[in-house]
Amino acid sequence: MTGYLVLAGVGLAGALLFVAAMVARRLLAPRAPSLAKLTTYESGVDPVTGGWAQSHIRYVTYAFLYVVFAVDAVYLFPWALVLRDHRLGVVSLVEMGIFIAVLLVGLLHAARRGLLNWADSPQEGPRSSVAEPAGEKR
Amino acid sequence: MAGDIVEIVLRAVCVLAAFLVLPLLVGQTEHKVMAHMQGRLGPMEAGGFHGWAQLVADGIKFSQKEDIVPLAADKRVFRIAPALGIVSYLFALAVIPLGPHTVGADVPGSLVWVLAVGGIGTVGTLMAGWGSGNKYSLLGGLRTAAQLVSYELPLILACASFAIAAGSLSLVGIAHAWTPWWLLWQLPGALVFLVAATAELQRPPFDMPVADSELVMGPYTEYTGLRFALFLLAEYAGIVVMSLLLGVLYLGGWTGPFDHQIGWLWTLLKGAIFAVLIIWIRVAWPRLREDQLQRVAWLGLVPLALLQLAITAIGVVVTSR
Repeated sequence: MTGYLVLAGVGLAGALLFVAAMVARRLLAPRAPSLAKLTTYESGVDPVTGGWAQSHIRYVTYAFLYVVFAVDAVYLFPWALVLRDHRLGVVSLVEMGIFIAVLLVGLLHAARRGLLNWADSPQEGPRSSVAEPAGEKR
Repeated sequence: MAGDIVEIVLRAVCVLAAFLVLPLLVGQTEHKVMAHMQGRLGPMEAGGFHGWAQLVADGIKFSQKEDIVPLAADKRVFRIAPALGIVSYLFALAVIPLGPHTVGADVPGSLVWVLAVGGIGTVGTLMAGWGSGNKYSLLGGLRTAAQLVSYELPLILACASFAIAAGSLSLVGIAHAWTPWWLLWQLPGALVFLVAATAELQRPPFDMPVADSELVMGPYTEYTGLRFALFLLAEYAGIVVMSLLLGVLYLGGWTGPFDHQIGWLWTLLKGAIFAVLIIWIRVAWPRLREDQLQRVAWLGLVPLALLQLAITAIGVVVTSR
């Protein structure tokens, strides 16, 4: 139990470190704001429209794939503790093998449908452009 | 009760001290090791002896820089973001054992704890990227998110392999279960861990999110002064955490000659090996492209980590029968 109290203390120490750094910044750093300084930085030219722009849907795919495999990882850690049990060892090994194999089929499917390719490669242009919207919907 | 409180405060202060000192050591090592690998001297002036005080001078410089919160920023998110990276690695460092009893916070599932708190830092970077209200920052933040989730997976799988090999979720337990056979048995997992850790830290060759030639400084573009310095501190604390973690998981932590007396020194030395390796990787390879980066994770590291998992599990079942 003391371990978790120490962790709470460490969290508090981290918060204090941040507060101390911000107080030091307030005391030491000069402040002379001007409109030019406070403008969004866009390599020296005036910013065009807002900073919160649309971005590539591609990133969402990785989030989906991650969620699938992260859930799998949740089951891996308790398994580490029962694998040496004589009654569960072999049975759980086979079960885990089937479970991960199913996930792997999903990853292979995603790779085959071109979800892991960033850009459409020219030689398989028509095929991947048909496959991709279908893949994204799923 | 009063004794308990004193102990808790002392332990927290020790973790904080390690958090402030070890990243500076890694930073200075990086200055000098990189310099010599590139045939130059590195910092030589500050402090007199081989520029030992360079990072202290940098810190003083950062604290005197004007603090700017852009008008377009989501100001509260922008201001809080640097704190998350710090707290995340502080939490992780607290449970990494230097010796069987030399550990900041002795909790049973410390490996799971380290993996769990690692996510807090990711949120900090995302907050910085989104809160800045800057296109470079937003793109950098999204790249960070995509990269961190992709490489988190092989990292977790490699850690799971170590946990299965030891039959324990505690870092102390894993280091106790370590035998020299692990050097061979867990080698693929260790390689996966090293590459994934470098990517998690967004260090070259995996520094797409902060690629200076494309995104200025990615999510940190709008940050100045001490807030920016805190992000840097978090990065170097990250190197410390990942190196020590790999030293404990793969090289057996404190195991070594005279480990009853100087076990903590062995852990630090083993961590230092990996810290230098991470610096070396930065010097040796050019930056990957964004799509190459994702392919390395999903088609290289994840299958390799799953293979390691199979090798480990079958090995455990065969040897424990």
